[in-house]
Amino acid sequence: MPSSLIDADSVMAVDVGSCTTRATLFDVVEGSYRFISIGQSPTTASAPFKNVEEGVVRAIENLQEITGRTFLSSENKLIIPSQDGSGIDIFVATISAGPAYKTVIVGLLNDVSMQSVNRLARSTYARVVESISVNDRRNPEEQIDSLLQLEPDLVLIAGGTDGGATRSVQKVIDIVGLACYLLPAEKRPSVLYAGNQAVAGDVSNSLKALSSSFNVSPNIRPALDVEDLQPASRELADVNMQMRRNRLGGVQDLYSMTGSNLLPTAYAEGRLIRFMSKVYQSNKGVMGIDVGASATTIAAGFNGELTLGVYPQFGLGEWVSGLLRYTNMDEIMRWIPMEIPVNYVRDYIYHKSVYPNSVPATLEDMAVEQALTQQALRLAIGAINKEIPTSIKRSTPGGLPYFEPILASGSVITNAPTVGQGLMILLNSIQPVGITKIIFDQNHLLPGIGAAAGHNSMLPVQILESGGFQGIARVIAPLSSARAGVPILRGRLVTSDGNETRFEIKQGTLDLIPFASEGAGRLFLEPIQHTDAGFGPGRSGEVQVIGTLLGVVIDARGRPLQLSKEAGYRREMLKKWIWTLGG
Amino acid sequence: MLAPIVHILPLTTIRRERLLPVSGRVVARLDQKVSPLDVVAETNLGQKHILVDVARSLGLTADMADTLIQCKPGERLTINQLIAQKSGFVPQIVRSPNDGRVVAVGGGQVLVEIGDTVFELRAGFPGTITRIFPDRGVEITSNGTLIQGMWGNDRVDYGLMLMAPRLNSPGDILEVDQLDVSLRGAILMAGHCSDPHALEMAGELPLRGLILGSISPDLLPMALQSRFPIVVTDGFGHHPMNPLAYKLLITNTKREVAINSTPYNRHTGARPEIIIPLPVSQPLPEARDSDVFSAGQQVRICRNPNIYEIGILKNLLPGLTIFPSGLSLQAAEVLLESGLIVIVPMVNLEVLG
Repeated sequence: MPSSLIDADSVMAVDVGSCTTRATLFDVVEGSYRFISIGQSPTTASAPFKNVEEGVVRAIENLQEITGRTFLSSENKLIIPSQDGSGIDIFVATISAGPAYKTVIVGLLNDVSMQSVNRLARSTYARVVESISVNDRRNPEEQIDSLLQLEPDLVLIAGGTDGGATRSVQKVIDIVGLACYLLPAEKRPSVLYAGNQAVAGDVSNSLKALSSSFNVSPNIRPALDVEDLQPASRELADVNMQMRRNRLGGVQDLYSMTGSNLLPTAYAEGRLIRFMSKVYQSNKGVMGIDVGASATTIAAGFNGELTLGVYPQFGLGEWVSGLLRYTNMDEIMRWIPMEIPVNYVRDYIYHKSVYPNSVPATLEDMAVEQALTQQALRLAIGAINKEIPTSIKRSTPGGLPYFEPILASGSVITNAPTVGQGLMILLNSIQPVGITKIIFDQNHLLPGIGAAAGHNSMLPVQILESGGFQGIARVIAPLSSARAGVPILRGRLVTSDGNETRFEIKQGTLDLIPFASEGAGRLFLEPIQHTDAGFGPGRSGEVQVIGTLLGVVIDARGRPLQLSKEAGYRREMLKKWIWTLGG
Repeated sequence: MLAPIVHILPLTTIRRERLLPVSGRVVARLDQKVSPLDVVAETNLGQKHILVDVARSLGLTADMADTLIQCKPGERLTINQLIAQKSGFVPQIVRSPNDGRVVAVGGGQVLVEIGDTVFELRAGFPGTITRIFPDRGVEITSNGTLIQGMWGNDRVDYGLMLMAPRLNSPGDILEVDQLDVSLRGAILMAGHCSDPHALEMAGELPLRGLILGSISPDLLPMALQSRFPIVVTDGFGHHPMNPLAYKLLITNTKREVAINSTPYNRHTGARPEIIIPLPVSQPLPEARDSDVFSAGQQVRICRNPNIYEIGILKNLLPGLTIFPSGLSLQAAEVLLESGLIVIVPMVNLEVLG
């Protein structure tokens, strides 16, 4: 039955994050869905509670206090469906709390199934700790010993096109099977098989009894030149939830409360980004980013196709000290606009890994926190860019594709002391190209809407249009090979009441053209010489501008952004750019 | 607001689970008194495996090879022991390449576990066995001083605790020339360590354990490799040990101390710990694991400014307070030991108790 406003229901979405649990209420106001309010509580997945329920109840209690409505019974049970004005009609939940799962990926060829299964692993909260393929030069017993030593939580198996290789698949399955057989029953991993469907039955016979759960999904590589991750990604989300239910206290109850509508946060975010990219029907992609404690997640949707990257290694919580395996102190220090000793920053990183819930109280700590975020997000952007299909149009070879809008969440960004600081983090790390719009998901609505979309397809559309998000800036990032200081772009902003602002942009600069958030207007851009302002090299054009909090930001600092090697000058420039965006 | 708790207690009841990494045999009995070095459970940890491919060696199909294999899972093999034989004009024989135990047979192959070692789980601290987890381990209960730390290198030991020579304050740096042979076998308490040579010397003596207030992050890879347990009570960078832990340790020098440097795991709640067993005349209350913030609690600040300082929570401030970082947060007034009152975001506090 199609969803309609006639069967409009109140919807509560709970997200159990690594640090914070949020309960969000959506309800129908004047005929369409609106974001009503949000309640929060520290997450209680970890010791001493080891049960997410306490945090969920406290977040809902907080929501009750804010809204004045009643959702919980006197026994602290959710009232569902609503009755006599109390309770809610639909309850959905998402979760990212809990450690990333130790994952082993298994496939046949390194540049075929292994690449695909690696991408599959990156679509959820998984840490790939081992890979086994027919290209592996180790002998089988070394591979078995490695699996025994690592005691993986999850094994993802791909390999063989449908109707293709069977013996090679069986060979790697034997290794996994032997290792599972040797592991104590309580330490056996969950297994997801997403390879040649012709042998799925045999694989099931071999591994079902030797794994804590065995799951089969359609082949992620049905033909050599075809990759289809989405069905397996959906199955992997289910496996992830099974594991969370088995290992984290209170998750089984939460799953029951939602009527099985519990999803991994990243999966739900990805679902919404894919949906938006389909609805917008633009020649650009839609990007969603979430910099969280458990992981940095990036979802890139292009006309209904999703590339989802979940990077626990770039999360800002307890694993943040592991960031130094992927970057170095210089790369973090370069984003700090004040003079802070490198040892202070190093100590900060290790300290934060022990106290992931703590927050900066000083100016210096805030600068370090933002620098860490920029570097983590920069790394995640670099990683997702490699995963986005080559068929997607890019600004330059290997450069980032065009995105509009870019939705950002994560408290370091959306709760930064000023929106300018939050925007600066995004501009420095994403380094968008062409014309885009930056939107903050300051209430962390994306996962909840993504989860609710399965219940009610009207809700995402109406919430997206209802102002539950905060439009921060229309960003123009022109590309030019001109030297710094050379004019590359002229333009004028004409507001609906006839006011006109003219400007000329020089290469290497960052400019803000303020524009009232309630206003509307048109922005006319005339590139000088071969500058690409988003319409193609040397081509003029105009875009509609609907008021955003800051206005129009023209980021002509070049791509990739080259920071000065001279520390003092670099810090001055970073300060100047932040001041440009309002401090 | 929920408050994280770290235990730094002069006298309490300590109840800890000691569990095998895999299933095994519990050798301790309920109500048994154990000393730190007593084995409470044991198991076999297989080290490596060898896959003997009988089918390939004999040039047979897997099914045919399976009929010729003469060993069974669980059977012990000695080197060169016959595994399978194919009769014929010239009989072909497959022998065990090593001493070991057969763990699986099938598909024309034999998987042999070699070099298995017995893993012995020791009590770690003196106490009484108060619970048995069949095949997994025990719960031990004891009384004494409990000091939880924030970083550890995953080792366990027990021994006499000594102060580092010339240790005058909780922030003193451990130098290599403070370590000599008179400290061999001791659990050493010091302030801060940033010198790799000092850690190296500690390993050469060797020490039986090292308790530090803080450590330089540069030393962590080396500390993880150290064969003796290291517990860091407060944090990274040069910071003095918190005065509460310092006083407790100073007053207990030359006592037997149990040190378990299990890494901090916020999911399980496990923390590196120092346990100083003490006799008691009557049962003591157990330390509580959860609380909400309230006035009068002893708290530690876990972020700059005043990082690692200890004080008394004076007052929970209403509404939100704006901090120099620009963030608006729930906050509390804390009376520091110096007499200074500071305002701290509540998420940057942990309760000591």
